[in-house]
Amino acid sequence: MASTTATEAATLNSFNTRARQALRDERLRDAVARSTDLLGSRRVEALSELANADELRDAAAAIRSASVSRLRSLLDEWSDNFTALGGTVHWARDAAEATGAIAEIVAASPAGPGAVVAKGKSMASEEIHLNEVLASAGADVIETDLGEFIIQLAGEAPSHIIAPALHKDRFQIADLFTADSGQAVSAEIHEEAAYARDRLRRAFLDAGVGITGVNFAVASTGSICLVENEGNGRMCSSLPSVHVAIMGMERIVADLAELDVMLNLLARSATGQALTVYTNLITGPRRDGEADGPENLHVVVLDGGRSAALHSQYSSALSCIRCGACLNVCPVYRQVGGHVYESVYSGPIGAVLTPILRPDDPSARELPEASSLCGACTEACPVQIPLHDLLLKLRLERAPESATATRRWGFRLWSLAWSLPLVRHISRVLTRLGLRCTRVLRRLPSRGWPGAWNKCRDLPRAR
Amino acid sequence: MQALRAAGCEPKDVGGAFCCGQPAYNSGFAKEARRVAKPTLRAVSKASSGDCVVASGSCAAMMSHYWPELFAGTPQAAEARRVAERTKELTVYVSSRLESEPVNDAPQAESAAEVHPPLAEEPVVIHDACHALRGLGAAEATRRALAASGRRYVNPPGSERCCGFGGLFSVKMPDVSVAMADEKLDLLASTGCETVVSCDLSCLVHLEGRAGRRGLALRFEHAASLLEGIGPGAGK
Repeated sequence: MASTTATEAATLNSFNTRARQALRDERLRDAVARSTDLLGSRRVEALSELANADELRDAAAAIRSASVSRLRSLLDEWSDNFTALGGTVHWARDAAEATGAIAEIVAASPAGPGAVVAKGKSMASEEIHLNEVLASAGADVIETDLGEFIIQLAGEAPSHIIAPALHKDRFQIADLFTADSGQAVSAEIHEEAAYARDRLRRAFLDAGVGITGVNFAVASTGSICLVENEGNGRMCSSLPSVHVAIMGMERIVADLAELDVMLNLLARSATGQALTVYTNLITGPRRDGEADGPENLHVVVLDGGRSAALHSQYSSALSCIRCGACLNVCPVYRQVGGHVYESVYSGPIGAVLTPILRPDDPSARELPEASSLCGACTEACPVQIPLHDLLLKLRLERAPESATATRRWGFRLWSLAWSLPLVRHISRVLTRLGLRCTRVLRRLPSRGWPGAWNKCRDLPRAR
Repeated sequence: MQALRAAGCEPKDVGGAFCCGQPAYNSGFAKEARRVAKPTLRAVSKASSGDCVVASGSCAAMMSHYWPELFAGTPQAAEARRVAERTKELTVYVSSRLESEPVNDAPQAESAAEVHPPLAEEPVVIHDACHALRGLGAAEATRRALAASGRRYVNPPGSERCCGFGGLFSVKMPDVSVAMADEKLDLLASTGCETVVSCDLSCLVHLEGRAGRRGLALRFEHAASLLEGIGPGAGK
């Protein structure tokens, strides 16, 4: 137990340490505040255009929770249909199985293990650290989503679920493009876009394998649905002769009617669009006589801790459709951005999902503390995940065992003391007295929580 | 108490009420929260079978939302459920007792200082506490109650964003908490109002503590002290 509490103390400090660093980065804070404000206000506007936004959210929440509760049968139905269409399903219990399966597919592709791999945006691929595995097997993996391309050049991880490079401004991006091309790329948006377009077009044409994520699998038709705004997802899934899609095992709907409800909400909640520019519904590999599409279509279904979460009090978190709305309204995320969470998923949903999917990861344990429990996330969630209540549940489940000894004993002694009427009376008197001599108290040296308050804030005064 | 009397009620002080247990509960310590909250639960149910009015948004939310869960499976479960149903936040309660629809005629400008002609009495700016806003849906009620008190109010930009207190969050993650307070204070100050009013004392203590350290000329008042100005006849 001692080692656990020591680890927790160290990691708690480390979130604070990382946060302090982020708080000093004015460019990061400006970029995060500006972008999340924009995404957040567009979401509100897009939802207000719907006459039935609340009913739609009710419907979406019901669809998601029904999918999660009969996941096995939906996955079986989808898998049968997808296989009958000519696709291949790979069930992966963890990151190692998923990356192993994908590395084998790349190795067996016509271009071989050294293939150029054009990759669309996929958070599931971040969970399994796919790029490192494929690169070490010799593949040349190129992220083709603009935001992902930018952070790949920077050697960073995504800082936001839908806008991975949200923490960077256009000048930082110009520097990255300049370093990549060896020629000066200005910070003019059109020039940056032109550079990326040229660079990525070559990747699409050279690619032997395309890898994408999956937004929803449709059980009744055996389809996979992929939404995006740049057309890169369509390129990755139609130009190369092999297409591999990675899907979190909970991302499934029963039929096209359910997909319709989800698509109605997903883009609105994410970017404030009625629909994304590209909505790809992929139903099997290329058929005889078709002009394009991959000859081989694979879907890797990733468990990665989801099965365990399915039977826990946190199963509602699996309803998440990765829209990022909770990040855009989170006042903590707003101040520090996504990297401070040091996990694939950041913001409120990251603080919930990471400890659930990675229960043995000590650095994930502190994440539920990174919230003032203001509830803005719960209010924004299109599928009504009670995010702030889940954060509280995580604290309630884990704190009694994993909190520091000081904290455990502190609460124990405090509660014992305040269960005595005499001590409560004394506390009242002392508080009244204390409120009258805050000037003196302020000067006293203080450590721990009193010190944390005193360092930047005055003590309360008598009213 | 005076605010309630002004609204035409005959309130009774719950002498033994002390703490709702929220600091421990939000930190994940349910047993300790129960231990501290139990005397308060007892005192409230002994005092009266009427409404229990709480002058703090987050305590009211703790009692009405989380107490039934906190005491579930204990001998106090039924008692906690009854008290939870009867618990009302102060401004919600006062607002529910108003007969006529009060009017707020403070212009909702970006800055109150730009308003012409200048108002006779300086309007106050409202800080919505998260628990009251989202947990209790009290935003409207707070405004109705304030309007009834005759005081004009202004809604600040970003009114739905948390001030960064969050109970012990303010000392577990002090840097993020203070950064949130700073942004909130800037938004409140941008209205030109000098007085910030909220129905949650804890937000006020946090904001006032930070404003004091920054040397900002803002005053902080609990909504209750303004509601004392509700005129006779406002209540039912």
